[in-house]
Amino acid sequence: MSKLKSIVSEGAGHINPVDVADYLRIGGYDGLKKAVAMKPLEVIEEVKKATLLGRGGAAYPSGRKWEHLFHIPETPKYIVCNADEGEPGTFKDRLLMSKLPLRLIEGITIAGCVFGAKAGYIYVRGEYRKIQRRLLEAISRAKDAGFLGKNILGKFDFDIHIISGAGAYVCGENSALLNSTEGRVGRPRIKPPHLAEVGLFLQPTLVNNVESLCSIPYIVTAGGEAFCKLGRPDSGGTKLVCLSGHVRRRQVYEVPLGGVTLRELIYDPEIGGGLPDGQRLKFFHLGGQSGPIGSPEQLDTVYSHRELGKAGLSVGSGAVVVMNEDVGLIDYLTGVTEFFLHESCGKCVPCREGNKQIYKILKKLAKPGEATAADLALLRRLVTTMISASFCGLGQTAAVALNTAWKHFKGEFEANVDQSKPAAAA
Amino acid sequence: MSHHKPDPNKSVNLTVDGLPVTVPEGTTILEAAKKVGIDIPVLCHHPDLQVRAVCRLCVVECDGAGKLKAACANDVWEGLSVVTDNARIRGIRKMILELILAEHPQDCLACIRNQSCELQALAQQFGLYQPALPVEARRFPRSVDTNTLVRDMAKCVKCGRCVAVCQETQTVRAINTSRRSVHYEITTPYEKPLIDTLCVYCGQCAAVCPVGAIYENDQTGQVFAALDDPERHVVVQTAPAVRVAIGDAFGLPPGAVTTGKMVTALKRLGFDKVFDTDFSADVTIMEEGHELLHRLQSGGRLPMITSCSPGWINFVEVFYPDLIPHLSTCKSPQQMFGALAKTYYPGVGGVDPARVTSVSIMPCTAKKFESQRPEMNSSGYRDVDVVLTTRELARMIKMAGINFEKLPESDYDSLMGDSTGAAAIFGTSGGVMEAALRTVYEVVTGENLENLDFEDVRGHQGLKRVSVNLKGTEVKIMVANGLRNARTVMNAIRRGECDAHFIEVMCCPGGCVGGGGQPFATSRQKLMRMDGLYSLDQSMPVRQSHKNPEVLTLYEKYLGQPLGEKSHHLLHTHYSTQGKNHWAQAGHDQGK
Repeated sequence: MSKLKSIVSEGAGHINPVDVADYLRIGGYDGLKKAVAMKPLEVIEEVKKATLLGRGGAAYPSGRKWEHLFHIPETPKYIVCNADEGEPGTFKDRLLMSKLPLRLIEGITIAGCVFGAKAGYIYVRGEYRKIQRRLLEAISRAKDAGFLGKNILGKFDFDIHIISGAGAYVCGENSALLNSTEGRVGRPRIKPPHLAEVGLFLQPTLVNNVESLCSIPYIVTAGGEAFCKLGRPDSGGTKLVCLSGHVRRRQVYEVPLGGVTLRELIYDPEIGGGLPDGQRLKFFHLGGQSGPIGSPEQLDTVYSHRELGKAGLSVGSGAVVVMNEDVGLIDYLTGVTEFFLHESCGKCVPCREGNKQIYKILKKLAKPGEATAADLALLRRLVTTMISASFCGLGQTAAVALNTAWKHFKGEFEANVDQSKPAAAA
Repeated sequence: MSHHKPDPNKSVNLTVDGLPVTVPEGTTILEAAKKVGIDIPVLCHHPDLQVRAVCRLCVVECDGAGKLKAACANDVWEGLSVVTDNARIRGIRKMILELILAEHPQDCLACIRNQSCELQALAQQFGLYQPALPVEARRFPRSVDTNTLVRDMAKCVKCGRCVAVCQETQTVRAINTSRRSVHYEITTPYEKPLIDTLCVYCGQCAAVCPVGAIYENDQTGQVFAALDDPERHVVVQTAPAVRVAIGDAFGLPPGAVTTGKMVTALKRLGFDKVFDTDFSADVTIMEEGHELLHRLQSGGRLPMITSCSPGWINFVEVFYPDLIPHLSTCKSPQQMFGALAKTYYPGVGGVDPARVTSVSIMPCTAKKFESQRPEMNSSGYRDVDVVLTTRELARMIKMAGINFEKLPESDYDSLMGDSTGAAAIFGTSGGVMEAALRTVYEVVTGENLENLDFEDVRGHQGLKRVSVNLKGTEVKIMVANGLRNARTVMNAIRRGECDAHFIEVMCCPGGCVGGGGQPFATSRQKLMRMDGLYSLDQSMPVRQSHKNPEVLTLYEKYLGQPLGEKSHHLLHTHYSTQGKNHWAQAGHDQGK
């Protein structure tokens, strides 16, 4: 039996993405039709039962987020879809938006119906120009078909706007995304207050990832329990996984959470198909640049939020970057750090200054005899400080790859260190 | 979980480092810790400013050793257990400080904030004698913007305090953040010099900067030079708010009234005459009070708005040029004094006005700009030659080796040294209004005012509305301090929704006691300065401007009457609808 599922991605590539009739043929808008006949709290109950953990990377329980927002009395409320898919190695939202834009629109519309919102926003990564055009086309077609705009299914009004990002990774952080949507500088906001309370235009706001919102139509149609059972009780449903790097079959796969191991993801002929040309696995990087690095000893870990968490790993965005033995760990980590050094918003000290100092140490570590034991000690202090004290998720996770790599490959950090030099600071 | 606005009437119980404490809901962890005697270190935090939580020094453990929270940005909750200091937290704080220091020039000895620098104090507190990171301080040219403020951005720690005060408190938005990551900067729009921005020179940025990145342009050298020059006859005036603030610089309790000591110090420094801006504050009331009456009686433009705060004048010229006719035409007390110091005083004192150097001691950085406006020369000379802030005067006193605390008291010199309680309170929000009412009432009604205390206009709340009955005539007044509140008033006037007759506006929060040139203070200390001024008012034998004996002499012997021809020439001015840029070139040249 296939280990793959086709739930959230069902129909991808088999229908004209913007054709409403095509979408209806594969069960499109069944969820919305059902939702408008339900009470809002009943819909939220299904989302809770689904144990849908946010698919953007933070894995916050969507049901809890929806319930929190529902009980906030202030109006108007806004629905915002985080489609700023900027996490390197992650390209699953791109698939959903380009192949199934109407499913995303349906999911957002259901949320709009539940929260009595009048407007939704999709904040799309700036580089996804074609996708932005496709979304606009799909929105226009959905309006023509009466599924969006005025008097949807004779019940409510709701419109969706497309906002283009401009290339900043940090705008994928939900509060920075809202700032950017408002036309402000895309830097994270101070929390509390939660975005559910003070969000877009200072109004109560739901911010969900593309994949999360694309899961909503199924959850409403088939029920939260059915969705949950696809995965595990603590981590329901399926997950889109993005395989890339030194692996044969680099693409997006939908797998049941808890249904496969990392080994199966990478080596199963139906999924990754292993490394090409007899290459051997050195490490894998989960959830994007901000995620943990794992070693081959961890390959039998089951791919679910809880099991990965226990092993010091995480699902994150769903990225699985596979690296072979030719890759120098320090080189790889230098690339990761360079990325965050470029993308830090700069407002808090640990992230702004920490990335820079880490980068300098990694450069030293790459050259034999340049670094000392003191540099390694400093590196550890920098990593701890960034993870524990940074302002937002970007800074808190920028050093996660380093921190996890240290656990498995300490020797590689020490390889070039000149032990004869005194441990005092250079 | 539900939406929850903090209710300050509810109590929250928590422990800080094991010590139980009960605080009102909505209290931050930082404030709660203070209650049990724990000062969590902060750098970006300032109690009067919007919380930014960007330095991350105040991180603490909440309910266990997991993620850290910023104590400045998080409210306490019931049952919370906070740990503010352990090996982990200390290590992180040291690392953060080392990261900041690695970017910071290590030229403390040559820094204006040496020994008053918050970063220096933190480095000392955490014993960073051997930082692990090499110092790679960036280099920026120091920029002197006109003659008011100096920006030395190499020193900037990017805490964002100046941005918060400029954008949120003052709504001027001359300072902003730009770029990202290591290129993140606190800067002006398009990185222009301040003269080319909307900056009003209030100096609140300098008043909140924790380090030496923005500060007053130090002109003490010019004053020392004049004092040392036997050809120069140097007269000095001291603004009302200086006498209750300068003591801070010498370790005296906040708000201490040190008029007599300050006068002694100025005499010892060698000033030929030590006069009081309070004198010309009383003159201002004479002129402005009569201007108000004239406008009320002749259908002039109302509401009339005070014009003694030069940052406020800059603000109106830049943001509300259409409302300039609402401004009183009165010069500020500083400039009235300056004009008289080179006309009236030389005439009486037998001094050649060309030899007079006119110095003023002000709580204010915008006064430096004001004194250099091209039109401020109605005496035929520059009316005020050099303006020093309170902080600069303190520096001069220290440099001269004068032990301020031990000084005996002396009196101002006569001719322009008499003052009243009305003039004293000019230094705090509501004071000009109260002083005006004390005089206007008697001029309008011809009766003696029984109770001189207009309590309703006092205090530091941002916007005060009061109605005063002048024997049958109802006069509606408003008092605003801080430019955010001033903006609210101006927008109402623009919309035609303001029915006030007379409005007092002070640029800085709290009025001049909170001026940008004052010793560094929080709103609590500013209130203590305010108390000092009201106690001074109570203690004065004369508490109404029109009863100041020397002011009466001035009108009798020299000016004639308020709003008369001489007054018009020396004591009144006009404003430019082209905003600051009209004056910019003149200011620019002065700065060079």
